[in-house]
Amino acid sequence: MLRLPTHLEREIRDHGAKDYPYECCGAMLGTDGETGREVRALFPLINRRDDSPRNRFSITPEDFRAAERAAAERGLDLLGWYHSHPDHPARPSEFDREHAWPWYSYIIVSVDAGVPKVLTSWLLEDDRSKFEPEEVVPLKNASTGTQG
Amino acid sequence: MAVKVMIPTPLRQFTGKQASIECSAATVGEALGNLTTSFAELRKHLYTDDGRIRSFVNVYLNDEDIRFLDKEHTKTKDGDTISIVPSIAGGLAATLKEIENQR
Repeated sequence: MLRLPTHLEREIRDHGAKDYPYECCGAMLGTDGETGREVRALFPLINRRDDSPRNRFSITPEDFRAAERAAAERGLDLLGWYHSHPDHPARPSEFDREHAWPWYSYIIVSVDAGVPKVLTSWLLEDDRSKFEPEEVVPLKNASTGTQG
Repeated sequence: MAVKVMIPTPLRQFTGKQASIECSAATVGEALGNLTTSFAELRKHLYTDDGRIRSFVNVYLNDEDIRFLDKEHTKTKDGDTISIVPSIAGGLAATLKEIENQR
C-alpha cells in the first residue's frame, strides 16, 4: 500500500501534462515503515532519453544520486519512481519490467491527448517475472512538498 | 584486498538488510562474484542470463564508473569502496512508429 498525499498526486499528473507528448519522470521520497509506505515529497527529474522521449524515459546514475541525497537530507527514503505513458494505458510495459528494480514503487500516469487520466502504482516481483499492482491510498491535507 | 561493496536499497532484502558488505577481492569483477556467491538471489538483478552486468546496473569504484576504467577487470586496493548504482528506465511497450500507426 502506498499512501500518496492528494496534492502530490496532482503534481505528478501536472508533470505528465506539462511534458506531454513526452514521458515525464521523477523520484518519490518518503517513509517505509511497518504501517506501509507514505510519499512525503517529489523530486521531479529531466527525461534523459533525448532520442526517444515520447516512449522512453531514463534517469542517469547522477540523477539517481541527486535523488538519494535529497531524500537523505530530509531523513527520508527513496521510495520509488513515477513516469507518464502518453496516449497509452497506465500499465507497465515489458520494457518497464525489464528495466525495473524490486522494492521500489513505480507510479505510472496515463496522459491522453495532453490530459492526465489514470494513475496506478506497481511493484516488481522479487524474481523479476512480473509487476504486481500496489494499492494507492489518497491522503488529504498532508503538509509535504516538492524538492529540486 | 579488503573492499567494501555498497548495496542500493532495492537489493538489501537479498543481503540480510545489510547496506554494505566487506569482502576480499583483487578486481571489481571478483568482488561482485564473491557477493553473488554469498547472496545468490542478487545474481539475477546484477547479471543477464549470459553473465554480463545488466546495462542499467552501474558499478563505481570509489567515484569512478568502471566502464571508464578497466570494467570488471579493474584492480582494487585495500580500503576501496565499490558502489552499485541503479539506472532507472522504462517507457511504453510500443515503438514510436507503432504508436503513430495506431492514430
